[in-house]
Amino acid sequence: MNVLVLVKQIPDPNNPYQLANNRLKRDGGQNVLDPGDEFGVEAALQLTEANGGEVTVISMGPESAMEAIRRALSMGAHKGVLISDDSLQGADALVTARVLAAAIKKTGFDLVIAGVESTDGSTGTVPGTIAELLGVPLASFAKHLEIKDTTLHIQRQTEKGFDDVESPLPAVLTVTAGVNEPRYPTFKGIMQAKSKPVEQLKVGDLGLSAEEATSTQTVNEVTPAPARGAGEKFEDDGTGAAKVADFLKEAKVI
Amino acid sequence: MAKIWVYGDPAQDSTGFKTALEILTKARSLGGDVEAVVFGPGATEAAKAFGEHGATKVFAGDDAAFADTIGTVAATALHQLVQEHQPNIILFPMSYDARDVASRLSAKTGSTLMSNATDVTGADGAKTAIFGGAQIVDVKFEGPDPKLVLIRPKSFDAEPSGGSAEVVNVSVPAAEGAKVVERHEQAASGPKLEDASVIVSGGRGLQDPSNFKLLEDLAALIPGAAVGATRAVVDAGWVPYAMQIGQTGKTVKPKVYIAVGISGATQHIVGMKSSDRIIAINKDAEAPIFQLADLGIVGDALKVVPKLTEEVKARKG
Repeated sequence: MNVLVLVKQIPDPNNPYQLANNRLKRDGGQNVLDPGDEFGVEAALQLTEANGGEVTVISMGPESAMEAIRRALSMGAHKGVLISDDSLQGADALVTARVLAAAIKKTGFDLVIAGVESTDGSTGTVPGTIAELLGVPLASFAKHLEIKDTTLHIQRQTEKGFDDVESPLPAVLTVTAGVNEPRYPTFKGIMQAKSKPVEQLKVGDLGLSAEEATSTQTVNEVTPAPARGAGEKFEDDGTGAAKVADFLKEAKVI
Repeated sequence: MAKIWVYGDPAQDSTGFKTALEILTKARSLGGDVEAVVFGPGATEAAKAFGEHGATKVFAGDDAAFADTIGTVAATALHQLVQEHQPNIILFPMSYDARDVASRLSAKTGSTLMSNATDVTGADGAKTAIFGGAQIVDVKFEGPDPKLVLIRPKSFDAEPSGGSAEVVNVSVPAAEGAKVVERHEQAASGPKLEDASVIVSGGRGLQDPSNFKLLEDLAALIPGAAVGATRAVVDAGWVPYAMQIGQTGKTVKPKVYIAVGISGATQHIVGMKSSDRIIAINKDAEAPIFQLADLGIVGDALKVVPKLTEEVKARKG
């Protein structure tokens, strides 16, 4: 089976995020493969190891997103597709979904896997919009998954527990962090990744109109949020617990 | 005059229901026609609450197929209603189910979709908080109506207006897709996180799953207190997902939030920053959580918490 995994390069979430021109600053600092996407790559590798087939990673982003694709290839994915185009800077969720859906159609697929949301943007709507554009089911928030015959079975995270959900293939699947244990790339994997094929595409290669690839959200302004009143901070010298208890008493909760 | 729609879940204990009432309260202050759409078993019953919170009309679909398919049936029905009634903007709760409906609808209507909004400025704009709430982004929408916005829980307070809604029944359209075959509920003890007046919450700094017992012992002494957790420890399998607070978990607003061994990642902060008072206990004096805290104790949580339990006992007399 052909499994496609959507991946994104993001600024290292362990460093503070910064803005440039009212957008998240994506250059200058350390960039990484979104940790949430590693679960998608791992899920795809396990499925193809069990059922045969190929894993293709697809990313939309700046040229530097090639590093995120190489990271996924070094984990074991077979090939990559990178859509990089200056016109896509500041793309909103709908434009991102249109671009990725067009690249997915061009590549062909039995299953598309994504994380439930990116760690930097956290919109979480791109996979659902892609599913609709492709005309296939969405199996979302999977915390467990398996394929029996040609049916995808997942445990879908809910507020109260989980639902058993079944979906025919082809489909779009989103996986939660914790669905599996992503593998670390081996030295051999890292060496092999360098020679794996990565197709590079522009918006013009995808048959989208200029209008379809234009964001419909613009930022009026970015302002600092009203700050909370400055609090007090104490080094615990043995009286820390008493200070907290006094605070709780004063707040009338005990 | 703008036509504003609010999408809600019929189950009264769901985020999708409670958040819809909050959004309706905000929507009626924007000026315009405020109407609601509710899909799933109990929709007609739920219409009463939606009317009381400002919807003049509720499109209600009671069929189980709305809830038992992942987004497809609801998005198809909603699209048909949109074509017929042409709302300018649809406001959704940022819940699992609504997210899967809104994302599909965006493809059908070709209209913009914004997530994680914390405020609505009118029929063509909304605001969101980024960097853990440190910055507010004011966004303007363009392109075809209806603009689609997913709004974070507890962005507004729900207040009834005392109105009543005309109910319009919606029938089930045919739609294929993924289907729910069985539901599993994980029983939780004590007060629900969303309703707790005090939350004692733990992160990686607790070092070992067994140390959550220290938080439970403390919470047991405080009336209306519940225990929460960060994504990191839920992902690590220490505690169930139902306890997760943050972006991908619950949004809470207790009187007092006690963050124990929590560094303060953005993903966690967005779920608890609106708490009335925040206490942080952490070994790392530079942890971002201290920037939010009204009271910060730089110290070893494993020493401070048991002592705190004793201190609380003493003060309760």
